[in-house]
Amino acid sequence: MVTVNGKQLDIAGKNFGEYLSECDYDRNRIATELNGNILTKSEYDNTILKDNDKVEIVSFVGGG
Amino acid sequence: MQTNMPTNDDLIIGGHRFHSRFILGSGKYSLNLIKAAVNFAKAQIITLAVRRTNTADSENILDYIPEGVTLLPNTSGARNADEAVRIARLARELGCGNFIKIEIMRDSKYLLPDNNETVKATEILANEGFIVLPYMYPDLYTARDLKNAGASAVMPLASPIGSNRGLSTKDFIQILIDETDLPIIVDAGIGKPSQACEAMEMGAAAIMANTALATAGDLPLMADAFRQAIEAGRKAYLSGTGRVLSRGASASDPLTGFLHD
Repeated sequence: MVTVNGKQLDIAGKNFGEYLSECDYDRNRIATELNGNILTKSEYDNTILKDNDKVEIVSFVGGG
Repeated sequence: MQTNMPTNDDLIIGGHRFHSRFILGSGKYSLNLIKAAVNFAKAQIITLAVRRTNTADSENILDYIPEGVTLLPNTSGARNADEAVRIARLARELGCGNFIKIEIMRDSKYLLPDNNETVKATEILANEGFIVLPYMYPDLYTARDLKNAGASAVMPLASPIGSNRGLSTKDFIQILIDETDLPIIVDAGIGKPSQACEAMEMGAAAIMANTALATAGDLPLMADAFRQAIEAGRKAYLSGTGRVLSRGASASDPLTGFLHD
């Protein structure tokens, strides 16, 4: 299982870029972390998600 | 007629120049109001937060911010220096510059900043090339530590975040203004234009406001009022305010030529 933003998903073995596309994320509007380290946009399509990986996907929202 | 108003009175933060001394928050109001808020405030810097995005959200705040406005992401949600550093790196990865407002809070009731952790995060992020604006409790030693750690400005709180209670920490902010060689941007708790004006009269470099606008009856109108108050306070500061008599009075009119003489 892979944890994405705190949720357990059965996507181990999947290409991360593919996952983002399937979920319709706009790559220009997100930043991501894999196991606590920044994953740059150029790495998305070369990254295969593994069991126990922890992924964060963030974007800007309103704030003070 | 010449005045003390310099022809160029830009606010300089981390080598970047801004005409506006009003930093606008973007929280707690409709995305549709952001453009009007920026325009009426004449703001050139707007703050943002970084949060998990669980779905392909159809609306993104970046689509609502006018071009040319500098983004100042905050590290809200961070409870220690490590978490703030992590959020800052993600914010930079979002590709909108290297400004960061450090916010580190361990307390959710009063949302007071943890000054010690803020100094630690400032040092790490300044070394990584960020332009660091730390939100802090107005303490002189912390302000000096933040400067030594590489902060480009400091953002002392006027009163608790979102409270609209005004300059509760006025005396201590004045100490920072007088003794710290960094722009002092009064942040948090400023609820009315008059309070923003007062802080600017004291010599604050800029004002950051969010809740005061978000909870106002008419957000763009209040943004305009804040802008005018901030500009007025700045001019009063540059002029130097008139002296205050501790007692008695001083006539403004000639003391001769009375009709009964």
